[in-house]
Amino acid sequence: MEWDTVIGLEVHVTLATKSKLFSGSAVEFGAEPNTQANIFDVALPGTLPVLNEEALRMAVKFGLAIGAEIGKRSVFDRKNYFYPDLPKGYQVTQLDFPTVGKGTLTVTLDDGTEKEIGVTRAHIEENAGKSLHEDFSGMSGIDLNRAGEPLLEIVSEPEIYTAKEAVAYLKKLHTIILYLGISDAIMAQGSMRCDVNVSLRPKGTTELGTRTEMKNINSFKFVEKAIYSEVERQKDILEDGGSITQETRRYDADRDETSSMRSKEVANDYRYFPEPDLLPVVIDDDYIEQVRATLPELPDAKRARFRDEFGLSEYDAGVLTSTREMAEYFESVATKTGDAKIAANWVSGDLQALLNKHNWNISDSPIQADRLTDLIVRIKDTTISGKIAKTVFEAMIEDASGVDQIIEAKGLKQVTDSGAIEALVDNVISNNPDQVQQFKEGKEQVIGFLVGQAMQLSKGKANPGQVNQLLRDKMK
Amino acid sequence: MIEKTVAELSAAMTSGDISSVELTQSYLDRIHSVNDSLNAFITVCDETALAQASEADKSRAQGNTNPLLGIPLAHKDIFCTSGIRTTCGSKMLHNFISPYNATVVEKFNQAGVVTLGKTNMDEFAMGSSNETSFFGPVRNPWDLEKVPGGSSGGSAAAVAADLCAMATGTDTGGSIRQPAAFCGVTGFKPSYGRVSRWGMIAFASSLDQAGPICKSAEDAALMMNVMAGIDLKDSTSADREVEDYTATLADSVKGLRIGIPKQHFAEGLCADVEQSIREALREYEAAGAILKEIDLPNSHLSVPAYYVVAPAEASANLSRFDGVRYGHRCDNPLDLEDMYKRSRSEGFGDEVKRRILVGTYALSAGFYDAYYRKAQKIRRLIKNDFDEAFKEVDVIAGPTSPHTAFSLGAKTDPVTMYLEDIYTIAVNLAGLPGISIPAGAVNNLPVGLHIVGPDFGESRVLNAAHQFQLLTDWHQAKPAAKGGA
Repeated sequence: MEWDTVIGLEVHVTLATKSKLFSGSAVEFGAEPNTQANIFDVALPGTLPVLNEEALRMAVKFGLAIGAEIGKRSVFDRKNYFYPDLPKGYQVTQLDFPTVGKGTLTVTLDDGTEKEIGVTRAHIEENAGKSLHEDFSGMSGIDLNRAGEPLLEIVSEPEIYTAKEAVAYLKKLHTIILYLGISDAIMAQGSMRCDVNVSLRPKGTTELGTRTEMKNINSFKFVEKAIYSEVERQKDILEDGGSITQETRRYDADRDETSSMRSKEVANDYRYFPEPDLLPVVIDDDYIEQVRATLPELPDAKRARFRDEFGLSEYDAGVLTSTREMAEYFESVATKTGDAKIAANWVSGDLQALLNKHNWNISDSPIQADRLTDLIVRIKDTTISGKIAKTVFEAMIEDASGVDQIIEAKGLKQVTDSGAIEALVDNVISNNPDQVQQFKEGKEQVIGFLVGQAMQLSKGKANPGQVNQLLRDKMK
Repeated sequence: MIEKTVAELSAAMTSGDISSVELTQSYLDRIHSVNDSLNAFITVCDETALAQASEADKSRAQGNTNPLLGIPLAHKDIFCTSGIRTTCGSKMLHNFISPYNATVVEKFNQAGVVTLGKTNMDEFAMGSSNETSFFGPVRNPWDLEKVPGGSSGGSAAAVAADLCAMATGTDTGGSIRQPAAFCGVTGFKPSYGRVSRWGMIAFASSLDQAGPICKSAEDAALMMNVMAGIDLKDSTSADREVEDYTATLADSVKGLRIGIPKQHFAEGLCADVEQSIREALREYEAAGAILKEIDLPNSHLSVPAYYVVAPAEASANLSRFDGVRYGHRCDNPLDLEDMYKRSRSEGFGDEVKRRILVGTYALSAGFYDAYYRKAQKIRRLIKNDFDEAFKEVDVIAGPTSPHTAFSLGAKTDPVTMYLEDIYTIAVNLAGLPGISIPAGAVNNLPVGLHIVGPDFGESRVLNAAHQFQLLTDWHQAKPAAKGGA
């Protein structure tokens, strides 16, 4: 039997506010346990929440970026359950009236086609703390630094049909979130986490099958592998005539398999009800327009503009807009050098290779946009050849001095002095009589060999055009 | 001196008749002589109170004219007080010392008030007789075999027996007004949001409101001038200008339209109490006020709606008392679940447990619509009733309680106890201001007159109450028992 896979994703991102969702505590990553927990965060009696307006603004920003309906009246609810890392005994979230309603994300698939995937909603909620079970014999430690951090939970429609689409959706989400600057969205640090819902149904049918949920997967690659693994498991069960149990499963990346965590049937009754310590959050059109005015140019718009304005291929435009920093870097170099093609080649080629090699962000690069611009300017004014430029580029990684100083200091300036070139050419002609003879007999392609010889003698510094011309003149 | 009102004491200190230290010492002496029989205080702060009094005297000498400067006050033990134990009447918090002050406490401290101690209360403010306190029941100074009412019974008894000049209370369904009525003192519940809830241990967040318990409406106005105002730490506090509540006290009640809800003079109201209230209303009429019968058609729904909403909110508000970070933790827990179960079973009393169970049930999947959602709808109906009524009248008046203080141990059935607040609860559901003032006596036990105003009509309510106190002297009547002193 043939099966269709249906995937839904719930993504939690930690909003990059300075303080927590309902208290003034800082939210630095990696601080000593419980140093970022105030009297509200530890839920002392009598303490009350006050909404961090910045978190609301960020959520609205996200909503506008995906063309979503913005909830003009959003309501916080209490989700009740007992756990030591949840100090109040309830999590404040948004159940029926989230800040962000239905929106759409356009993703580009591997074959270059585009697909629209619906976002059901995105709601603001507070994070729980962390339980540390390892370090205390017979006891558990509780770290409340994270408790109350603002999260945005982004829920997709069950409109994702392959693992690749799921990854494309996540990458697009990641890109938009970084463009908006509303989260670090670092999966390895947990500031972006993904829960994956997977179900199968007989090919061509429309009714959704029973789903399983895999929680807190922390890399794009694992999301892809977890889906493959879970789809195979479900397929085996269904084809053996079995049925899927609705449950939460854990994906074990080392063994590349999922295992049952808990069954949803015995899940908590969370007894949601509106949080009476907070008033409904009411925003008007003015507020929404103010937030809209702060939106940056988003990746899709930027990609289209790069394609049209700079004449880039769809692929290059996609690569160069994959992060906001990369796009800004490229645009600066392309505009200042007036040569988008060379700029695109350098940024997506040598620069990207450099970043990959060291696992750097573009902001870590020792060669910032202004220096790459200087380098390209020297190629274009023929001070150096494209080949020599690669040597200069390598030198620039270690040497922070100016491009011209490096060229000068390393003696890499292109030789254009006709006397010097004539000497080179004469040398080549006298040392390669056979090839000269062949050329004279009409074997045009030998010129390449002779130019190469001259370039080698000059250690690459001779202007290849000049060498070519002079060789031809002398061999007439 | 200790029987005087805040206004009188302030004048006496200004004229140099008495110092705050002398006054504070008098109250402390009184507390130490009668608290054993009244059990009104859980914690008494002799040393810090005298230090505050000494500071107040210095401040007065330097020209500070704050009307509450140096006045000795008692806080209901629901307000967090930095460095002073805050128990909320519960074993759960019998050892809890807050590292911070409630906004109400902070404001009184800023005003130079002297804190004598913390008063007894029903556990987590859940009760109408003060019998649910872990620290034992408070006794009514008018008759030591009677209850003082609840949940702010300690504060009301302390004011009535002159253990303090004034006290704070909180009112979720009648917890200021009913004990004020039983103890023959003035108790005012402001509009929801008028006084900050920061640092006031939550029972039912959407209903809880702090207010004064004192010896006159004028004193309530003076206290409200300190307590009221927006607090950025409480998102539900109202962003409205604070009036000078003493400014309109002297206004005449001539022409004041007083609504008399027929539902509050129906079956269940004790005949003697009805007679006292009718007489009180005639005083108003004689002073030129206009009495008008009004209809609050959904009154009968207020107690059932309240006993869904309040326990539902309480069931979540009390989840934080889990033995993990502070408060009572059971000995030698086997595991997490054992710790939760035993800490909470041991730390909470029966009434608190009952309300947590009711609230948890009301919020459960499948029951939410039938209980919580329906109760919220009733709440809107009740608010609409008041809104309609206030189109025709300026204030609404009636009995605070259907009867006078009852005997300790007399009401063992929880539902009978819940009906104690039958006239006061709707006011919390609608978020309105309401006051109880002494307005008569039945068998030497005080009767309370309940006056309710429209949203943020604090001044109007206080004015009506003050005018009554100018015409009558019920508020000056003193209990004979006085805690045996």
